[in-house]
Parts: sequence; structure tokens; C-alpha cells
Amino acid sequence: MTVTTGKDTRSADTLDFVAPKADELAALLVGHSRPPRPSALSASMTFGWRAMLKIKHVPEQLFDVTAFPIMMVLMYTYLFGGALAGSVSSYIQFLLPGILVMSVVMITMYTGVSVNTDIEKGVFDRFRTLPIWRPAPMVGYLLGDVVRYLIASAVMLTVGMLIGYRPDGGIVGVLLGVALLLVFSFAFSWIWTMFGLLLRSEKSVMGVSMMVIFPLTFLSNVFVDPKTMPGWLQAFVNNSPVTHLATAVRELMAGHWPAADIAWSLGWSAVLVLVFGAVTMRLYNRR
Amino acid sequence: MTDLAIETEGLVKVFGSNRAVDGIDLRVPSGTVYGVLGPNGAGKTTAVKMLATLLRPDGGRASVFGRDVVKDADAVRGRVSLTGQYASVDEDLTGTENLVLLGRLLGHTRPAARERSGQLLTAFGLAEAADRQVKNYSGGMRRRIDIAASILNTPDLLFLDEPTTGLDPRSRNQVWDIVRAVVAQGTTVLLTTQYLDEADQLASRIAVIDHGKVIAEGTKGELKASVGSGSVHVRLRDPEQRPGAERVLGGALNATVQLDADPVALTATVNGHGTDLGAAEQAARALAELARAGIVVDDFALGQPSLDEVFLALTDRKGTTA
Repeated sequence: MTVTTGKDTRSADTLDFVAPKADELAALLVGHSRPPRPSALSASMTFGWRAMLKIKHVPEQLFDVTAFPIMMVLMYTYLFGGALAGSVSSYIQFLLPGILVMSVVMITMYTGVSVNTDIEKGVFDRFRTLPIWRPAPMVGYLLGDVVRYLIASAVMLTVGMLIGYRPDGGIVGVLLGVALLLVFSFAFSWIWTMFGLLLRSEKSVMGVSMMVIFPLTFLSNVFVDPKTMPGWLQAFVNNSPVTHLATAVRELMAGHWPAADIAWSLGWSAVLVLVFGAVTMRLYNRR
Repeated sequence: MTDLAIETEGLVKVFGSNRAVDGIDLRVPSGTVYGVLGPNGAGKTTAVKMLATLLRPDGGRASVFGRDVVKDADAVRGRVSLTGQYASVDEDLTGTENLVLLGRLLGHTRPAARERSGQLLTAFGLAEAADRQVKNYSGGMRRRIDIAASILNTPDLLFLDEPTTGLDPRSRNQVWDIVRAVVAQGTTVLLTTQYLDEADQLASRIAVIDHGKVIAEGTKGELKASVGSGSVHVRLRDPEQRPGAERVLGGALNATVQLDADPVALTATVNGHGTDLGAAEQAARALAELARAGIVVDDFALGQPSLDEVFLALTDRKGTTA
């Protein structure tokens, strides 16, 4: 690892620097007519590229999409496997798609934390004075996060396969399941961008995120069949977006086509983007 | 009016019970450096943020090149650029990455953005640091990359919010040189600062802001004339002689004399009232009178009025108590 110290930098560059003379600067400034504004897509992709650069420079941030998902798979498979399904190998066929959904939906909450820390820095002021499509910085964030979700999915599927998960849907089924999960997670993340902008500190973002994410992911059919639950809980669980998504992903990976649950998952995604996307942009413009 | 870069009328911004900006009227001619001078918390940054479309005014109106900053924010954003008080670049990215990112966001193709960032980094003496993360830059280098990022597209109006706060004198001079070069190309600069000498060095007109209000506005000459042309700092050998020295100085300079915390030091303002002598001549006379009165002076300095003195003078004249 190379570490550059502030001292070296100072002696090497600051002291020898002579500001550009007016005529040199003239050459730099004049004759560069302004190009047309970038399209909404291009601006969003550029912010997505920024997120990739951040991963390149701060790779530790991938911890939550590598170590955490591995831990989730191993912990729940061996903890519940024997008791709930008689054996680990039969439980993982049921559990893995669900735990994949749960973990990725949980990981989405880091979006709120990073929005919250980033917005405090001066660079956001610069982004907000640029003549670009307003939601682009937020969309860019989420595009970068989709890559993180993809990494988490790949890691979990690999670990799952190693300990006995065998999806009947084959590669196509698995890819369709992951794609649906990514679409939903992208949409779901808008809740966190909203909280990231709304709440004052990183800690409060974390706190609120936990309050939302734990009931939402646990009160679903990720671990067990809802038929064993009391009626009032079934009513909640059966209508939870996480249940629809977990069922859709599970069935897709098992080689079926759960049309209703896919439709529910996509419908929820659209609602989440419309509602929380709109609130996020309102907050973003208000700041 | 097309030759005004900025025009505001009764601009107000309220945070809770704090009226951070409390009715500011500004008229900034284009093609000049306009200084906004004031202490911490005077409302400078808040005013700049409203002009740069980052904050919505709670009252009054503001326009940049004739476009309203609220209704026509997008048009304003196309012509301005902001260098905030803290570095407005991404510390995790390298110098090149920061400039390429902005270049892309301003609509340049990837090769054009790369070329442009290379040119700017070289011109700003950052070529060697181009591939280092900005968080490893020194304070002066951060300022330079920040300004480089701001002129990537040659803005018509550049906001520089306290560009030299926290910099060593050498880096400060470098920033000043850059600002002069940018202005020479026709860009209007709105500069906020806490330092009178910085406003003096760069700005052609200055507004002094305190408690969210403009308390004085004018060219440098006008402001100085209103404040007094300088101040005399005197150090005596014997603290017992200070009351006498106060009387003599007050009489000779026709001004109020401040007693400093140091028991042998005094400060008096040299104003132009009632005499056509220059500040140095008045000071020399006062010194001679001190000698005649038998007061031993160990050290003597004639300086620019400090920001404190500017504020004292300006608030005194308005008849308000500080």
C-alpha cells in the first residue's frame, strides 16, 4: 500500500507553483464554447461512474455486500435447517432465494447513509449548481448500488451452491430472479434516499432504517410458510411486498413462472419510485 | 439592465428565528470582482447560496444576468459556477477523475473532458498530483483544483466563497493571481471574504455585511474614506504614561483612541476629517507631539484599518450599539 503524506505533497507542488499568467489562462478559457447539456441518461450514468470510482478507491465499502451476505446464508441455513425442514440440504432449496431477497433488501439501507454523509460535503453543492437533469445524482447513486446488489447476489448464490443449493430453473431462472430483485431494490432504495435527505445525522438514518427493514423483511415468507402464522399476521405477511418478491424470485429460480407475484413485485416497484422518488426530489430541491 | 451580473432586492433568508440574510440589496456590475466583506455568521455564505440557486430565498428577489434565481434557476445554473468554503470536489477521487466527472456532467465527450482536465491540471500546477486522491492534497492544492473545477466551462459568473480562509500566505497569493487571471478573461467574480486586505487586493467594489444586512457599499476608495485612512498603533515604554498618551493622540488626530489589552499599547484611527494632510503626515505629527510631551514611544506602526475598525467605524456612524 502506498501512502502519500500531506507534507511531501506540499513541498513538491505548492512551493514551485506559479499561477497561470493571464495570457496562458486566456488560451485555456477562450475558444472553448460550451457543449450542449448532457441527456438525463448520460448525466445519471456519469454519477453511476462516480459510484464505481468510489468503490475503486474505498474497496472496504464492499464488506457489506460480501461478508454480510455470506454470514446471512450460513447462519440461517444451519440455525433453522434441521429444525424447520429436517435437514440443511432440503431447507436451503427453500431458504436461499428468500435469504437472498432479505439480504439485498437490507443492504439497500446503506444508500441512505451514504446520501446523508455525502450531502454534507461541499461537492454536493457543486452538483446542485450544475445545469443537469435534477434527479441524476440520486439515480447515479442507485445505479452504483445496483452493482453492489449484483455483487451480493453473486456471492450468496455461490455460497448457496457450495453448500447444496440446486436451482431447477437453471441459469435463466436464476438470472431472471436476480434481475427482478435488482429492479425492486433500485425502487426500494428511494425510501432511503428520502431518509438520507430528511434526517440530520448518519445515526438517525441507521436507526430509522432498522425500524423499517427488520419488520418488513422478517414478517414475510422468507423463513417459513405463512400458513403456520396467526390469521392477522398472515394478512400482513401475504400482502407484504417482500413476500411477493421472495415468492417470485423463489419460483423463478425453481423454473416456474409466477406471473402474479412478478406483477405484484413490479407494481410495488413502480409505486415506490413514484412516491419516494417524488418525495426525494422535493427534499433535494428544497435543501 | 444587461450590464448587471447580479441584482437583488430585499433578499431574505430565515433559519428558525435567525434572520441570516435580512434584506440585502446588491447591484454587481458584470466583468468586475465584487467583494462581500463580513465576519463569520454575517450571512455571506447564505447570500451566495441563494444566488447560486442552492437555497430558496424567503423574501425579496434576486436575478443573475437578468434571470430570476428561483423561477429561472436552470438558466442561472448554466452561467454560474461555485467554489464553496470547503472544497467542492470529491475527496475520494483523484484530481483527474474529479475534473473528468465534471466535464462529462457539463456535456463534454469523454475524450474532450480528459483533454480539458489535463490542460487545467497542468495550468494549475497539479499535473504531478493528477492521479492522487484529493484528500491527500495540501490546502493550497485543494483550492486550486476547486477553482479549476469551477472554470472548466468558463462561467460568466464565478462565486468564490472565502477562497483563502485557512491558507498560508503563499497559497493565498497564488489564489489571488488565479482570480485576477480569470477576471481578465471577462468572468464576473463575487468574492466573499473576512479579510479586508483580500477585498482590497482583488475587488473593485465592496459591500460590507453584518447581521444579514449591508452596512456599507461602495468602491474601495469610498469605503476607506468613510472609515478613515488607517490606524496608528503605538507602544509605550511606561504604562503609567498611557493616559497622557491617550490625550495627546486624541487631540493630535482628532479621533477616539482605543486602549489595547496590552497595558502599554494604544490604537487610534487616522481619519481625513478637518484636514487635508495624508495619513502618514498626520501620524508623524502625532508622534512629534508625543515626544514633546515627554512620552517615550518604543514602537510605532501605521496600518490599514482592520476589519474590527471598519465595523466599529461603520456601526458607530449608524448610531447603533454593537
